[in-house]
Amino acid sequence: MLNQNTLKAYSGTQLTMLVLLRLAIGWHFLYEGIAKLLNPDWSASSYLANAVGPMSGMFKAMAANASLLKVINICNEWGLVLIGIGLILGFLTNLSTIAGILLLALYYFAQPPLIGVAAPLTAEGSYLFVNKILVELFAMAVLLVFPTGIRIGIDRFFFRRNN
Amino acid sequence: MEKENKKNTKPDMSSDQAKFSRRDIIKGFATVPVLGAIAYGAYKKKQHDLDAIENLAQEIGKLGELPSLDASSSGKKIRIGIIGFGIRGAQLMTAAGFNHPTLVDSLQNIATTTGNDSRLRQFMESDDLNIEIKGVCDIFSVYAEKAQLTGANVNKVATGGQLGELPVIYKNYKELLAAPDIDAVIIATPDHWHAPMSIDAARAGKHVYCEKPFSWSVEETYACRQAVKESGVVFQLGHQNRWVEATRKAKQALEKNLLGQINLIEVTTNRNDPNGAWVYPIHKDASPETIDWPQFIGQAPWHDFNLERFFRWRCWWDYSTGISGDLLTHEYDVLNDLLDLGIPDTAVSSGGIYWFKDGRTVPDVLTTAFEFTDRNMAVLYSATLANSRNRGKILMGHDGTMLLGNTMTIYADATSPRYANKIASGDIKPATPIVNFIPGKKSIDAVTTATEAYFVERGLLYTQSGGKTVNTVSLHLKNWLNCIRNGGTPVCDIDSAFEEGITAHMGTISYREGRRVNWDRDKEIIV
Repeated sequence: MLNQNTLKAYSGTQLTMLVLLRLAIGWHFLYEGIAKLLNPDWSASSYLANAVGPMSGMFKAMAANASLLKVINICNEWGLVLIGIGLILGFLTNLSTIAGILLLALYYFAQPPLIGVAAPLTAEGSYLFVNKILVELFAMAVLLVFPTGIRIGIDRFFFRRNN
Repeated sequence: MEKENKKNTKPDMSSDQAKFSRRDIIKGFATVPVLGAIAYGAYKKKQHDLDAIENLAQEIGKLGELPSLDASSSGKKIRIGIIGFGIRGAQLMTAAGFNHPTLVDSLQNIATTTGNDSRLRQFMESDDLNIEIKGVCDIFSVYAEKAQLTGANVNKVATGGQLGELPVIYKNYKELLAAPDIDAVIIATPDHWHAPMSIDAARAGKHVYCEKPFSWSVEETYACRQAVKESGVVFQLGHQNRWVEATRKAKQALEKNLLGQINLIEVTTNRNDPNGAWVYPIHKDASPETIDWPQFIGQAPWHDFNLERFFRWRCWWDYSTGISGDLLTHEYDVLNDLLDLGIPDTAVSSGGIYWFKDGRTVPDVLTTAFEFTDRNMAVLYSATLANSRNRGKILMGHDGTMLLGNTMTIYADATSPRYANKIASGDIKPATPIVNFIPGKKSIDAVTTATEAYFVERGLLYTQSGGKTVNTVSLHLKNWLNCIRNGGTPVCDIDSAFEEGITAHMGTISYREGRRVNWDRDKEIIV
């Protein structure tokens, strides 16, 4: 993926836009994480307990298991924060991006906008199959194949020279 | 770009220091300021939210922390007799920390097969109420034997585990009341037995925890109050909703008069499944040989042996108090706790048997309007057993509206005089709650059936205490037991029980006689 030819091929505008996209997604992740950490009552339980669709049984079981729920809550809060920081700083960018994609996939499959599946409490728009979570997921997939951390970011110090 | 690439492809340098050009440093750390921006933004936003809360708090005052419910059960071990071990009796025993071993089996099974361990954990972690079960009585021998093994399960074990001493099975409740090794009784029998058993227990010097409603007939309402007061035993009526955290929070809010003068209250019951309409399963081993039918009939009009009447007794006036006694009382008792309502001046009811045309005599749809003229307010109750929309409780005051269930929310009224300035300044928005209380958001309750889900929403099963899920019935029992040990008055004492009983009867009489019913405060009679 870290194809030097691809990297060299970015125009200034392309690089700028890709970095802006990375920063926007990073900002979104980081603030979601901060907001959860700042709220002592936050828990994934209601999101999980309100899971719909074919995989809802697994998510509901997660919500009902108190010890597992604790782990999920901590992973979620700090996962969001670390992924957000990673994307913003361009530090371990690809690892952060992959982790973000996995997290978004979990969010998506907990409440997928399928036909005949009741819209979850959190839906604020009109969705069919594709919702904003899925769009953000694909945006991150784009960042994965068009990496920028080694150009603009801390990764520059770790990866660039080795290639 | 080309320039940059040229630089980057220079030959290797010996030291790390020299590896990075100024351009590398700038590009490597280019996005760091974004972190500063988000930190600043998050701080400003948090500050704004705190200011808004503080601003509101200046207007409405802060609702302090609720007092802890972790009262100690230390002291004398209280010896308990169980009268009635049907559905409710078994639930009461669970709340007291006693389950039949097969019930523990099934909780363990649920935990291992579904990963949902909340019910098992809650039972295993439930408070030790410092009681022992010395005697049990149920007129269905299968239930009596179940009660015996339940009472003996002092170690909370599954099948095959070590049980404690077996409680004695009594064939008749009067024999249980005569037992010298029993201090107090828990009564969970059909409605038509509540008052006679409470009266006999009080006269035998046994403390009483009796399920709601207080009484089946108007006459015994007075007799039971008198017997309890004369005997001096500690009496608790089984309205555990007083312990729901949202109810306790609502009481704090009402003490601060956040709603202004309340003029109308709407309370409701909605159920839509056979269980909720009292069409309970009939046990396969039930027969005239295993059921003491004459003892079941008691003061009710004679009827030949009938399994439906035995297991689904709530459907007949002969043994039941219908919706008014069984469901309205839950709503009324919470309001009586919150507002110290007492007995209403008038009651007007209507309704009918509109869905469950199964031979029952009690209505499945009921509306009752109560007037509290000295309080300048009315309470409107409506119930259906054939629709499950949860409508909650709504308390309407001149300055605000409270929505109460397992959560508690208060909205300022758009034209409230009290909040007028804050509404004008935008600090209070009528569409946004000024108080929003959601207990125990960190964990959720396990719900298995529609009726149980209904119960959870109405707070009939669990409440939160310090983040731990607690059974409200357990708290209600504990309150009663500690009053027996240490003195004091239980939260739903004999006076509250009397008010509950009379209020329910007024609703029922109005329905059955098709007329407006009045309470004569001075003579204490229904006219």
